[in-house]
Amino acid sequence: MSTLKESFTSKLGTDARQDGNQYPASVTVFHVPRERFIEAARAMKTSDARLVAEWATDETLFGRGFDILACFAKGPEYLIVKTEAPVEDPAFPTLTKKFVAAYRFERQIRSLMGVIPAGHPDPRHWIKHEDWPEDAWPLRKSFDPSKPIPRVNGEYNFIKAEGEGVYEIPVGPVHAGIIEPGHFRFQAVGEDILNLEEKLGYVHKGIEKRFEALSWTEGVKLSGRVSGDTTVAHALAYCRAIEAMTGCNPPDRALWLRALMLERERIANHLGDIGAICNDAAFAFLLYQLSRLREVILRTNDRLFGHRFMMDRVIPGGVANDITPDGVKEILSELDSLSGEFERLIVIYDENPSLEDRVRDTGILTPGDAKELGVVGFVARASSQSLDCRILSPFPPYDRIIPRMAVLQTGDVHARAWVRIEEVRESIRIIREMLNTLPEGKISVRFDPPPADRAGFAVVEGWRGEIVYWVQSGPRGEINRCMVRDPSSVNWLAVEQAIHGNIVPDFPLCNKSFNQSYSGHDL
Amino acid sequence: MNIIYPAAVEVLQFLILLFAAPVFVGWVRMLKCWFQGRTSAGLLQPHRDIMKLFYKDVVLAENASWIFRFTPYLVFGATAVAGGVIPILSVGLPLSATADIIALVALFTISRFFTALAGLDIGTAFGGMGSSREKTIASLAEPAMLMAIFTVSLVSQSTSLSQMVNVIAHGEFVLRPSLAFALLAFVLITLAETGRIPVDNPATHLELTMIHEAMILEYSGRHLALIEWAGMMKLFLFTALGIASFFPWGIAAAGDIAFLPVTTVLLLFKLILAGIGLVLIETGLAKMRLFRLTEFLGSAFLFATLGLLSYFILE
Repeated sequence: MSTLKESFTSKLGTDARQDGNQYPASVTVFHVPRERFIEAARAMKTSDARLVAEWATDETLFGRGFDILACFAKGPEYLIVKTEAPVEDPAFPTLTKKFVAAYRFERQIRSLMGVIPAGHPDPRHWIKHEDWPEDAWPLRKSFDPSKPIPRVNGEYNFIKAEGEGVYEIPVGPVHAGIIEPGHFRFQAVGEDILNLEEKLGYVHKGIEKRFEALSWTEGVKLSGRVSGDTTVAHALAYCRAIEAMTGCNPPDRALWLRALMLERERIANHLGDIGAICNDAAFAFLLYQLSRLREVILRTNDRLFGHRFMMDRVIPGGVANDITPDGVKEILSELDSLSGEFERLIVIYDENPSLEDRVRDTGILTPGDAKELGVVGFVARASSQSLDCRILSPFPPYDRIIPRMAVLQTGDVHARAWVRIEEVRESIRIIREMLNTLPEGKISVRFDPPPADRAGFAVVEGWRGEIVYWVQSGPRGEINRCMVRDPSSVNWLAVEQAIHGNIVPDFPLCNKSFNQSYSGHDL
Repeated sequence: MNIIYPAAVEVLQFLILLFAAPVFVGWVRMLKCWFQGRTSAGLLQPHRDIMKLFYKDVVLAENASWIFRFTPYLVFGATAVAGGVIPILSVGLPLSATADIIALVALFTISRFFTALAGLDIGTAFGGMGSSREKTIASLAEPAMLMAIFTVSLVSQSTSLSQMVNVIAHGEFVLRPSLAFALLAFVLITLAETGRIPVDNPATHLELTMIHEAMILEYSGRHLALIEWAGMMKLFLFTALGIASFFPWGIAAAGDIAFLPVTTVLLLFKLILAGIGLVLIETGLAKMRLFRLTEFLGSAFLFATLGLLSYFILE
């Protein structure tokens, strides 16, 4: 089987120049001339790769224009294609026609970096709302975030449907429940949804820009706040990226503890989600029972790690907290009672016909669409995509303690709920295994900031799916750019597709089964 | 028989309706909490909610017409009048002569009609959506409701509620299959009419899934208080109507003042049981998909028709 790298070099020949500043070395970076960027994407498409992320960097401090990077993946292999755009002509050929997932990445590049994806079918801004001045590009080095920005008038044109009986339902950005803000525009006839369009960006906080003003060790705190429910996975991805750059190897015990926290985060969030899905079908019993189990996990986190969500417990070079042998015993006994109660509740979920009627065949994301959009995480696994970074590109201890991947074919609400159920069971199993093989020793090593002009890349399977960090050091060894790709950035596209053919009152249930992060997407 | 006694009972019944309805809703919520393994906010929480709303200011949309402002009073009034017609404590009350069971159904229909209009009046997408859904349910539930009621009327040979209670409670006890069918139909219709699970979710905050709540989303302050209160009264009245039509034993005969304490205790007992039944249904079922409603209310209609048929064939 030819790897992405081989097929890339065979298609692009001598034009592809390999980059030596990229860490870890397993992730190859190829420079290509701008005019061959689209060809590179074509080569990736024919090799059946998916687009992981696309982003731009401002290289002013290196005395260059802009770099546009696109990351592709197939199985365990990640490959980054990089091209340059000069300051006087900030543009690059769009990849949207090859990879649907590029659609929003490129709109975002245009909005925030001011680099034009030439030939992109949608000229509207993304993340940056219409009341921003056209020439305010926050990710450029020349942009000063401390100055207020004038408010301008602008309009966002939603896709309209016309015809007899067609009407529009605007929902949000402020919702009646305690959830994050996001706008949904439905075009409907009666109760049938013709089209759903999302408009996000209401929780844009300038996180990527903020990274550039922080030191390497402060950065981990910010990454832990990208999406509050995924704090461990984000901090871990950031740490792994910068540790790759410096060759820092945390001790084994730290790796085990990181994985332990990652799995506990997964269990807690999945428990909450399964309950919330049931609650949206008005089956509140499971919500309250599963919330109670989730609360048990969170309180134990608080006792053992000093924080309910284990925020700031993963640090560059290791972890901030050790656990005692008593703590290990406490987790093990808690898992016993948890898994017993969980199984009893799952029987109720599984055997209630009225609930089953709601979750089956609702909000189907077909395997074809899932592949085309490049979705990740449980959304992908519920639509027969075998993607899990813990298994495909494992880091210790996942190379020794291997989770089983739960893959379902139907892609409906039930499949997304059931993948979570299987993952809770699996996480409980591997936590037991981790605690039984927990190595002794130190929990952290010294972390030295990386040298100038390097880039680090890391993927971590958070509970929503694959989290990607790409961090670049500037000419003085500072953070020049930190690209964050939460799974939500690609999975939000899937919500729009999954809703076709459903009725308006089923949308909340479909949406909850995806439960993507607004904060992680808007950044 | 003097005139003061029935009038006094009517007033008493009216007061019971006003104050017991929120307590009954509180009881249902309390049971629901217990069934889900939670502690409850107590029996009086709905009362406190209503009082809170009365203290709050009304926020009116700029384009709200008189229909929007008038509807809460009409809904409250119509529901309260319905409370005077149904024999909750005693038969032969002054108001019960003014309206029979068909007029009673019409009273509920009027308040629903105006609520739907008010939902449309503001012009928000949610209001229109709620009104459209509510009328869909109404068009299916009302015929089924009338059929179920006709079955009971056939048994008692009258559409007057007092007469119906008299025949069943004070006549000879017969097991009637027609009434069993009608009761089944009535339970299904009650769930739909009062917006309970599996038809509507009274506790939801999801605008897109709401039915009744979607119509009244724009209400606030005393308007919302009146509508909420009327909604609670409606649940209470449907329960009382079910009791009067199917389990009337214990409702006092006209002028039987000595029996009233027994009636009250029995009523309390029946309401407690009705609450348990309702909560069992609501806890055990998920809300059904909107388009399943036609099947749900269709089966209610079918049960009611079976009741009618079995009356003619068997009785």
